[in-house]
Amino acid sequence: MTAILWLIPAALALGALGLVAFFWSMRSGQYEDIEGAAERILIDEDKPIVDEDEPESEDPRER
Amino acid sequence: MAALDAGFAPSAPSPLDERREEAAAHVRAGPEEGRKRLDLAVTGATCAACIQKIEGALTKMDGVRRARLNLSTGRLGVEFAGADERAGDFLMAVEALGYGARPYSAEAADDARTREEKRLLRALAVSGFAMMNVMLLSISVWAGEGEMDLATKTLMHWISGLIALPAVAYAGMPFFESGWRSLKARRVNMDVPISLAVLLACVLSIYETAMGHGEAYFDAAVMLLFFLLIGRYLDQRLRAKAGRAARDLASLQASIAHRIGEDGAVKAVPARDVAPGELLLIKTGERFPVDGVIETGDSRADAALVTGETEPVALTPGAEAFSGMINLGAPVKLRASAASADSLLAEIARLVEAGEQSKSRYVQYADHAARAYVPAVFVMAAATLLGWLAIGGSPHDAIMNAIAVLIITCPCAMALVAPAVQVVACGRLFQAGVLVKSGDALERLADAKTVVFDKTGTLTRGAPELLNGETLGAETIETAARLARASRHPLSRAAVRAAGPGKLAEAVTETAGGGLEGLVDGRLVRFGSARFCEVDSTGDAALEAWLSVEGRAPVRFVFSDALRPGAAEALRALEAQGLSSELLSGDRAEPVASAAEALEIGRWKAGLKPQDKIARIEALKAEGLAPVMVGDGLNDAPALASAYVSISMGSAAEISRDAADLVVQGDRLTAIPRAVEIARTAKRRMMENFALANIYNAIAVPLAVFGLVNPLVAALAMSSSSIVVMLNALRLARS
Repeated sequence: MTAILWLIPAALALGALGLVAFFWSMRSGQYEDIEGAAERILIDEDKPIVDEDEPESEDPRER
Repeated sequence: MAALDAGFAPSAPSPLDERREEAAAHVRAGPEEGRKRLDLAVTGATCAACIQKIEGALTKMDGVRRARLNLSTGRLGVEFAGADERAGDFLMAVEALGYGARPYSAEAADDARTREEKRLLRALAVSGFAMMNVMLLSISVWAGEGEMDLATKTLMHWISGLIALPAVAYAGMPFFESGWRSLKARRVNMDVPISLAVLLACVLSIYETAMGHGEAYFDAAVMLLFFLLIGRYLDQRLRAKAGRAARDLASLQASIAHRIGEDGAVKAVPARDVAPGELLLIKTGERFPVDGVIETGDSRADAALVTGETEPVALTPGAEAFSGMINLGAPVKLRASAASADSLLAEIARLVEAGEQSKSRYVQYADHAARAYVPAVFVMAAATLLGWLAIGGSPHDAIMNAIAVLIITCPCAMALVAPAVQVVACGRLFQAGVLVKSGDALERLADAKTVVFDKTGTLTRGAPELLNGETLGAETIETAARLARASRHPLSRAAVRAAGPGKLAEAVTETAGGGLEGLVDGRLVRFGSARFCEVDSTGDAALEAWLSVEGRAPVRFVFSDALRPGAAEALRALEAQGLSSELLSGDRAEPVASAAEALEIGRWKAGLKPQDKIARIEALKAEGLAPVMVGDGLNDAPALASAYVSISMGSAAEISRDAADLVVQGDRLTAIPRAVEIARTAKRRMMENFALANIYNAIAVPLAVFGLVNPLVAALAMSSSSIVVMLNALRLARS
């Protein structure tokens, strides 16, 4: 029984994590252009996929 | 850029300034101070290289902060700093790369549709998450039946409720809102019993759990929502692409007109401000903004989009001109006879809209069925409730059985029948090169009995082709092409196609109705009509051109508008499927007659206006012949919209593609009989599915009424009937 008390919250947390990840990816516009995303992997230069209306961030990872 | 400028320059200068003005008018304020946004609709971009070329070229330009091309929608978003007038430069830069570009005006309705789609997708994700976790708990409760003590069971139910209730509150919103709206309008739709069943199941489960009875049906509620949302999302996606016709047509309409004032000064004004009686200047290469009568000038116009005729029409004083035509020759003065809103192009847009509205009545058919179905569901649930109370059942049992009836009669399987089959059939058609734009088009295509074809661009290629290329030799064709590259005349374009890309002659001038003159390697060369090249000819002026090089004998170029390959084959296949064919064209009688003869089409009509085509289609509809319209031109768009089913060529005018239900990619006419075949199989599959769903109801509903089914079993039965329907739909993919 004690195992269940751990496993249920763990299962819920993992599921919720997936849900949050899905919401984030949708909000950040990753489903806006599915055809484009399939083609963009062929482009050598690496640019952020995320199509946000924000100015370029100072975060070096996004450059 | 130099080559491009040369291509535009000599005889047909593109109205560059206007395009710049127009582009600048579409600039919007950006997300932050000093930034501006321009959306361009780009055509022709299909691959990673295209994305890279376009985005790369634009981001290198001065002041451009970001350029991003959406390949699915063909929309290019540019963010830049600086004057609005820079918008024109971006437009030109995209065109210089060889893609079509025009300003894109964001439409609110489109955004609403994508918002709705996103909302359904989110609701689907939430209900899926909740369903999986609640099921996890439910399965442990079932597995522990008899061993698990009541306290643990109640705890499990509380956790289920904790997951299910927020999920139902969120994922059920599309149904609750729609049900509530219909109730407020004093009507009922299918969403009312669904909402009621879900809410009742939740309320009863909370009550049961709080009382510690050990029964809860949260799992039934979320599973119901999950399956319903799948059906609704599939449906929404299929409809999302349809119905953009009017907006795209609006962007075809010339937005700027040049008004000649009383003092003779020319002033650019928005086309919608033009009043009848005003004098306008139509420059070379410009689209006529309104209908009118030519006042002065001698020119020719490309009317292919308006009438479907391949031969340019002559514009002489007194001649009528229609909006949407393109002035190919010298500038002319036009006396406007109609305001922009009353012009031919606007009329076509209205006809398209009217056609689409009459079509959506068919879509409402499902709602009519629901209107009869919903009261029956309520009556049955109420009768169950009262019946159980009457025979002395406890209120708990009575409510429980009523909920089971509500759930089991849920039309999820019904709701999935059409979308599931449509999605599978559309996938198959996509492999066959046919894009389906509205799901119910397949059902209609399966019922069609006649096929009405347009000629130009549908059965024929829509552009003249050089016939005697081999006897002329590559060098002669190249000489002609050097002149022809400066012209927009259909025969010139045919010569350029035959020659391929190359250089332009020097000092090219174009005489409207005559031909081109220029210097090639220092020699005077003429390319044009027999009269222009000073030769005697008895041939058809529309299909021949002469090339005369200084000091050499003139050479004759012969053209013809060839039939598409596979046209005859497609017609024979359609005939074998029991569909009769008919040819309706806006072109002159002779080419139509010869095409009809070559293809052995008995019934044909020539010289038809868009209204005439609609009249003929309505007549066919009245005879119960359910006509399929196959067309491509702007002039076909209204006929496409009013036909029972419409098919457009992939290379068609954009408006026609949008008005059509099906688009044949790669212009393969043989795809049409294939589409009919798949549509008929899909319809058969759909009928089987309806039968399956009905058999399920016939068995399950009495069981629920007599209390042999609890809500969870009801939800399971409902889901399994949905799965059976989906599996049956998937059979279509293999057959």
